[in-house]
Amino acid sequence: MATAYDIAKNQVDPQQDRGAPVVAVDSLQKTFGSHRVLDGISLSVNRAETLAVLGRSGTGKSVLLRLIIGLESPDSGSIRIQGQEIAGLNLDRIGEIRKKMGFLFQHAALYDSLTVAENVAFPLQHHRREMSKSERSDRVNQLLAEVGMEGAVDKMPSDISGGMQKRVGLARALALEPEILLLDEPTAGLDPISSGEIDQLVLKLQREHQMASIVVTHDLHSAKTIANRLALLDKGKVVIDGTYEDLQHSENEFVKQFLNQS
Amino acid sequence: MTDPGFTSTGSIASPLTGQRTLSVPSVLKSAGLVGALFEWFGSLGIFSWQVLKAAVTPPYEWRELILQLDEVGSKSLPLVALAGAAVGVIISLEARYSLSRFGAKSMFPATLVYSVIQVMGPIITGLVVSGRVGAGIGAQLASMKVTEQIDAIEACALNPYRLLAATRILACVLMLPLLTIAADACGLLTGWFAQALVEPLSFHQFIESGFHGATFNAFLPPTFKTAVYGLIIGLIACFQGMRTRGGAEGVGRAATNSVVLGSLFLILADVVLVKFILVVFP
Repeated sequence: MATAYDIAKNQVDPQQDRGAPVVAVDSLQKTFGSHRVLDGISLSVNRAETLAVLGRSGTGKSVLLRLIIGLESPDSGSIRIQGQEIAGLNLDRIGEIRKKMGFLFQHAALYDSLTVAENVAFPLQHHRREMSKSERSDRVNQLLAEVGMEGAVDKMPSDISGGMQKRVGLARALALEPEILLLDEPTAGLDPISSGEIDQLVLKLQREHQMASIVVTHDLHSAKTIANRLALLDKGKVVIDGTYEDLQHSENEFVKQFLNQS
Repeated sequence: MTDPGFTSTGSIASPLTGQRTLSVPSVLKSAGLVGALFEWFGSLGIFSWQVLKAAVTPPYEWRELILQLDEVGSKSLPLVALAGAAVGVIISLEARYSLSRFGAKSMFPATLVYSVIQVMGPIITGLVVSGRVGAGIGAQLASMKVTEQIDAIEACALNPYRLLAATRILACVLMLPLLTIAADACGLLTGWFAQALVEPLSFHQFIESGFHGATFNAFLPPTFKTAVYGLIIGLIACFQGMRTRGGAEGVGRAATNSVVLGSLFLILADVVLVKFILVVFP
C-alpha cells in the first residue's frame, strides 16, 4: 500500500520546497470557560506536505483546525495562512482566505436539504458565478467521480452511509481547488475497509493536487498512511512533531504510551 | 455553565452532599436574571449589527431571498387566509349582536372594516406567521447549527449572516404586509358573507358603507406596520436558531423560543406602534 512517504519521493519534496510555510500557527492559546484547550501550540505545514495531528480525545485537535479556518478566534498567538495573519479579520476578509482552504468536517456536515450534487455544487454556485450551468454540472460530476461517488448524484445525504457522506464532503471541500486541505477525523466512525478507502482517497488527492494538508485524527494507522509528519498533542501542548520514526524513537513517556495503546 | 456550588433552585449546596445549607437571597437570583437579560439583549444587538452589515454589502443573495419569499409568503398564504377568514366571521357575529343591542346596526360595515383592517388582520397575520415561519426558521437554523452546517457555510467562504439571516429577515419584512392584505381581504369577504346570510346586504353596499369617509391614513399604516412584525419574527427566529447549542434539545428549545419570544415581542411592539400611528397619522 502506498503511503505519503512513497508518494512524496516522486512529488515535490516539502523539505526542499520550504520557503514560507503555507500554514503557520505560533504560540496559539485557546480557553473555553476555565479549561485551557490549547496552551501555546506552534506548528507549520508546507506545500505538498501532510501533517497529522494526533492526541487523546478532548486535547483540542479539532479546535486547532477550527482556529486555522477561522471558525473560532484564538485568545492569543498567531495564525498565518500563506503569510497572512487571519486572527481578527472580519467575516468577509477571512472569506477570501477560506476560498483557498477546503475543510472536511468530522460528520461531513452536508447540507441536509440539498442533494449530493447540489452539496458539491454549493461552493461553485457562490464563488464561480462565471461558470455556466453545464460547466458546473461537469465539474460536480468530475469531483464526485474523483471520490467514487458518481452514482449518488441525486441522493439526499440522509440516504447515504457515513463513509459516503465523508466522500461527498471531501468532494465539496475540493470544489474550489483549495491549496490547503483540513480534514477533521476523516476515518472516525468508519469500518476498517471504509477507513482504508478514505486513506487511499486522501493520498490520491494529495498526489494529484499537491495541497498542504492537516489531518486531525486519533487513528495512528491512518496518520501513518497519509501523513509526512505527525504532531502529538497532550494537555494543550505539542509533545512531539516529527516523522513516525521520530515518534517511535522518542523517550517521552506519553509518546510511548500513545504508540503502545494505538 | 452552572456554578457547581449552586443548585437550580437557588440554594447553596454542599459540594459533597448536595444538601441545601443556606438560602440564596432572592435579590441575587434577580441579579442573575437581570444579567442574563442584559446578555440576551446585548447578543441580539451584536447579531442585528452583523446581519445589517452583511445585508447592505455585496454580494447579494438574490436566489436565496427569492426562495425565502416563497417560503414565507406563498406557503403561509393558505394559513393566513384561513385565519383572516375566521376572524372576519367572528367579528361579524360579535359585531352584529353588539350593535343590535345598541340600535347601531347601520354601523356594521364600518365596524367590520375598521376592526379587521386596523386591529385584527395585522395581529392575526403576525401571530400566524410567527407560529409557522418563526418556528420553521428557528428549528431549521438550529438544526443546521448543531450539525455544523452553518460552520460548513462559513468554511465555504460564505457569510451565514448574509446567506441565512439577512435573506430570511428581509423575506419576513417584505411578505408580512402582503399577507396582511390577503388576511384583511379574506376577513372582509367572510365577514360580509356571514352578515349577508342573516340579512340581505350587497357586497357593493357593504364596501361603500364600510369605507365611507375613510382615508389612506386609516388603513395604510396599520397594514405596513406589519413590516415591523416581520422584522421581529425574522430577527428573533434567526437569532435563536443561530445561537443554539445542545443537540436535539437545543433545536426544540430554539423553535419554541422563536415562537414564544417572537409572538410576545410582536404584541409588545404593537402597543408602541398603535400609539405611534395614532400620533403620527391622526
